[in-house]
Amino acid sequence: MAQYLHDTPILEVKNLKKYFGQRVSTGKTKHPQDETPDMASGDKPKILPEKQKRLFGAGGGAVKAVDGVSFTIKTGETFGLVGESGCGKTTIGRTLVGLYKPTEGSVIYKGVDLSKATGALRIRNRRQMQMIFQDPYASLNPRMTVGDIVGEPIDIHGLASNKNERQERIQQILDLVGLNPEHINRYPHEFSGGQRQRIGIARALAVEPELIVCDEPVSAVDVSIQAQIINMLERLQNELDLTYMIIAHDLSMIKYVSDRVAVMYLGKIVELVYSENLYANPQHPYTRALLSAVPIADPEVERKRQRIILEGDVPSPINPPSGCYFHTRCSSALPICREIEPEKTDLGDGQWVTCHNL
Amino acid sequence: MKLSKELFSFLQSKEIQVDIVRPSTTYWQDAWRRLKQNPVAIASLILIVLIILVAIVGPLFSPYSYSAQNFDSTNQGPSAEHWFGTDGLGRDLFTRVLHGARISLSIGFVASLLTLGVGVLYGGIAGFAGGRVDNIMMRFVDIMYSIPFLLWVIMMMVYLKEILPENAGLISIYIALGLVFWLPMARIVRGQILSLKEQEFILAAHTIGASRWRILIRHLIPNCVGPIIVTATLAIPEAIFTEAFLSFIGLGVSAPKASWGMLASDALTSLKSYPHLLFFPAGAICITLLAFNFLGDGLRDSLDPKMRK
Repeated sequence: MAQYLHDTPILEVKNLKKYFGQRVSTGKTKHPQDETPDMASGDKPKILPEKQKRLFGAGGGAVKAVDGVSFTIKTGETFGLVGESGCGKTTIGRTLVGLYKPTEGSVIYKGVDLSKATGALRIRNRRQMQMIFQDPYASLNPRMTVGDIVGEPIDIHGLASNKNERQERIQQILDLVGLNPEHINRYPHEFSGGQRQRIGIARALAVEPELIVCDEPVSAVDVSIQAQIINMLERLQNELDLTYMIIAHDLSMIKYVSDRVAVMYLGKIVELVYSENLYANPQHPYTRALLSAVPIADPEVERKRQRIILEGDVPSPINPPSGCYFHTRCSSALPICREIEPEKTDLGDGQWVTCHNL
Repeated sequence: MKLSKELFSFLQSKEIQVDIVRPSTTYWQDAWRRLKQNPVAIASLILIVLIILVAIVGPLFSPYSYSAQNFDSTNQGPSAEHWFGTDGLGRDLFTRVLHGARISLSIGFVASLLTLGVGVLYGGIAGFAGGRVDNIMMRFVDIMYSIPFLLWVIMMMVYLKEILPENAGLISIYIALGLVFWLPMARIVRGQILSLKEQEFILAAHTIGASRWRILIRHLIPNCVGPIIVTATLAIPEAIFTEAFLSFIGLGVSAPKASWGMLASDALTSLKSYPHLLFFPAGAICITLLAFNFLGDGLRDSLDPKMRK
C-alpha cells in the first residue's frame, strides 16, 4: 500500500488525553454523549477535569485511558495501533471520530481543530471520518433492515434526492463490500458474522468518508473470514482512496495491513515505526515482548527461540507508576526509569521510541 | 449408482441467480404479516374489536335503558327478555354491561395510551440524556412512587371532584389515572435505554451523524418494544380494576352510570342469592383482559424481526 503514501497529513493528534471518571457503585454509568462535542462549548477545554473532581472527589480517581498521545496520520496510509486490552486503543479511536470529547489536547483534521469546529464544518468533518466497530453482532440495530442500516447515513446527510436513487446507492454499496444487493430487505440476524461486519463497513462507506477508524475489525470473526475482510479493506482503500487507522491487538495482522504501526502501553504510545521495520528493528522493550509473543509457524524456530515473558500485570490506569509507565515490568529498567518519564527519541527513518535505555 | 451424462446440463446464467429480492416492506407491514400468522393473537384482536363495536353501538339497539328501573322484575335470572337477567332495581343487566364496557374500556385505553405516550418518552429522555437530567427526572418519579398509588388517586379524585363540574366523574378518573399510570413504564423504559445506549450500534449511529432525537426514536425505543408492549397491555386491566375499586368506595362513576367494576362490586352484596349478577360483569372483565394479554403477547413477538419465519 506504500505507493499511496503522501506526505500530507490528514489527521494530527496533539497531546491527546482522555480521562474517565471512575464508575461508582451506585449503578451510575458513563454516558458517551456527555462527552460528545454537541454538549460542551469548544473553547473550554478544561471543563471535564473540573467536573470530575466535583463528581468523584478531589484527588483524582480518574481512569487515564489515554494519557498524552501525539501522532500524525498521512493521507492514504494505513496507520496501525496495537497494544494489549485496556491500553486505550479503542478510546483513541472513539475520540477521533467524536464519540468522546478529549479531556485535553486536540484532534486536527485537515487543518481544522475538531473540538473548535462548529456547524456545517463539524458535520462535514464528522461525515468524512467514520468508524468500523469490533463486534458485528452488537454494531447493527436488530430492528432495521440492511437497506435501512446502510441507508440511514444517506438519509441523514441528504445524499440521495429520491427513493430510487437511495435504493440504487444502497445496492451499489452492498455490492462494493461483497454482499448480494438483493439482501437489502433482510435483517441483521439473518447474516453470518463476516457478512454482518461487511454491513458495518457498508454503513461506514455510505457517507463517502476519507478516513475510517477500524476498531478491531476482524477480532470477532472467524480466522477464515478475517483474511477476506482484511483483503476487502485493502481493495476498498485502493478503489476509494481511503485512509485507515486500524486498531488491533494482533501484531501479525497489523504488520500485514499497516504502513506504520504505533505501539501503545497504558495510555501512551511507546514506539512508532514503519511496519517493515517493526520485526526487523524493534527498540522499545515492550514492543520486543509483544513481538516475541507472536507464534512462528515453524516448529524448529519456535522451539529454539527465547521468548520474553512479561512479569506481573498491567498497572492500574487510575494510578499509573512514576517515571516510565513500563518500568514495573521492564526487564532492562534503569534507576532513571523509576524517576523520569522518557522523552520521545527520533531514531530516524520515521521511528520514534520513548525509552531511556536505547 | 450410475449417473448418465444426460442428467447434467449447464445452468443458464439466469437460473443461477436463485436469490429473489424480498419484497420491500416497512417495519410495520412486516410486523403485521407476522401477527397474522399468530391465530391466538388474531382471535384476540377480533374479539377486542367486537367488544369495542358492541360497546359503541350495542346500547342503541337494546330495548332497555341502562338506568330504567322496573320493580316488577327485580333480580331475575337470564331469560329471553333479559339476556343477563336483571338487578335488584329491575335494570336490564345486559344493557348495563354494554354501558359498563364503554366506561371501563375507555378508562383502560386512556391509561394505556398515557402509559405509552408519556411513560415511554419520559423514560426514554431520562435514560438517554443521563447525568443530571436523568437524576432529576427519576427522583421526581420516585417521589410520585413514594405516595401509595391508591392514596394518590383518591386524593386526586377528591380534589378534582371539588374543582370539576358535577358530571365530570369520568374525566377526573382519566386525569387521576393518567398522573400515576406512566410511572412504571418510565422506569422500565429508562432501564432498557440505559443498557442499550452503550451498545455499538448506538455509537455507530452517533458516528454517522444521527441526531439525538433520531437515535432515541429510531434506534433506542424500537429496541425496547417488548417490555413496552407488555407494560402497556398490563396497564389496561390494572386501570379497569382501579376504577372498579374507586367505584367500590364511591369515588368512581356515580350511579346510575355503570362500569364493569362497579357492577361487580354491587353484585357482591347479593352474591349468595343472585350469583349471576357477578358472573356477567366479571366474565366480561376476564374475557377482555385475556384478549388484551394474548394480543400483547402476539404483538411483542411480531414486532421482533428475529421471530420472522
